[in-house]
Amino acid sequence: MKKVSVCFTLNGDPVTAEVPVTWSLLKTLREYFELTGAKEGCGVGECGCCTVIVDGDAVNSCLYPIPEIEGRSVVTVEGLAGQEGTLHPLQKAFLENNAVQCGFCTSGMIMSAKALLDKKPDPAEEEIRTSLSGNFCRCTGYVQIIEAIQAAAKTKP
Amino acid sequence: MQEFEYLMPANLDEAMGLLKKYGSKAALIAGGTDVMVKIRNTRKAPDVLISLRRLSELRYIQKNGGYHIGALTTHRMLEQSPLVQSELSALHDAASWIGSVQIRNVGTLGGNICNAAPSADTAGPLLVLDARAVLEGPEGRRTVPLTEFFTGTYRTVRKPDEVLVEIDIPEAMGRFGSAYWKHTRRKAMELPLIGIAVALKLSQNQAEILDSRIALTVAAPTPIRAHLAEDFLKGKPLADEVLQEAGRIASSTDCCTIRTSLRCEAWYREEMVRVFVPRMAKLAAERSKNR
Repeated sequence: MKKVSVCFTLNGDPVTAEVPVTWSLLKTLREYFELTGAKEGCGVGECGCCTVIVDGDAVNSCLYPIPEIEGRSVVTVEGLAGQEGTLHPLQKAFLENNAVQCGFCTSGMIMSAKALLDKKPDPAEEEIRTSLSGNFCRCTGYVQIIEAIQAAAKTKP
Repeated sequence: MQEFEYLMPANLDEAMGLLKKYGSKAALIAGGTDVMVKIRNTRKAPDVLISLRRLSELRYIQKNGGYHIGALTTHRMLEQSPLVQSELSALHDAASWIGSVQIRNVGTLGGNICNAAPSADTAGPLLVLDARAVLEGPEGRRTVPLTEFFTGTYRTVRKPDEVLVEIDIPEAMGRFGSAYWKHTRRKAMELPLIGIAVALKLSQNQAEILDSRIALTVAAPTPIRAHLAEDFLKGKPLADEVLQEAGRIASSTDCCTIRTSLRCEAWYREEMVRVFVPRMAKLAAERSKNR
């Protein structure tokens, strides 16, 4: 299997990965870097469980060909907590608002929310809903998730 | 996963060179939201994928005489463009409803058109805006009206050695108001059961319809125009009865052959065309007044 070597920024650190050219960003995160926060739900860009932030934008990492990541900056859910494990305001708000049921969608939800709040610190509910339109929660706990994001928006990080 | 080579040309010249070198062994990939899914679902891949993602020279929305939109412009860029929202409203409607934010961040206008799915959301709006596709090939550029671009389901006039570089919309279309309705069961992450795009040009006093365009997507294997209904509207007063009659004509078999497909039966599509052509015409007229 032909491999490709890519250099990029992962959660703030410069990294290099040598992986098969056919791998997705998701597969590279999970199997090369052993960062298993981003999940594979559908594998075709519909469920949003694999959402990570690339150069400031939320993307489906399952559809992102790994060669494309060369020179870019990737943030995953593992990159949110501060030194000594202090949780990010979004992570705290998800806990405090019971926005997690089975948890499979959670990291994707948080990354979509982060991409939104980074650009729009005080979004309207409609904007939150739009930002989450590509993130499925099969436990259907959407209301708590939206409330958690609203709560996080009120907290200054 | 199938093996493939993945090449990332830095500019259009390099991309053209690679296309020439690899010929039928290569396929183009832009945002990848269709190509990567297809590779996964069919377990088949071309030998070489030539990525256009680094061709930032083809990411732009310009008004300069007409409207010029680079083929690599993402749906998110269209969604966030005040120019597209106010002057090419139907295209704005379509781009804003494609997939999810994650998909719109990477999916491109050129990819949507070249993939040529019957459900492509941007196709209807581009048809009613008289858009033209600008293709770059080994012998230079050629411009193809979008009405002639789609040759079948997932098939277009683009030759394997050509790259779609730009979508052009004539300056005159800026005087039209336009709207697109994506009829779906869900609010997001959905493909249309039927897509209805309407553009209207009104007289100065806004009482008369001077010109009109109506396009339907998913109705047939390729996007189609409802010419009989368009002709009916020309020169008519802007009135509810008139718009309703246009909807009736557009849904009639004399005007359009609307098909049954996996996702929806013909009778329901016809009903929705009858209902939403007038509604979109009304919205297009409203928007044209605000121009």
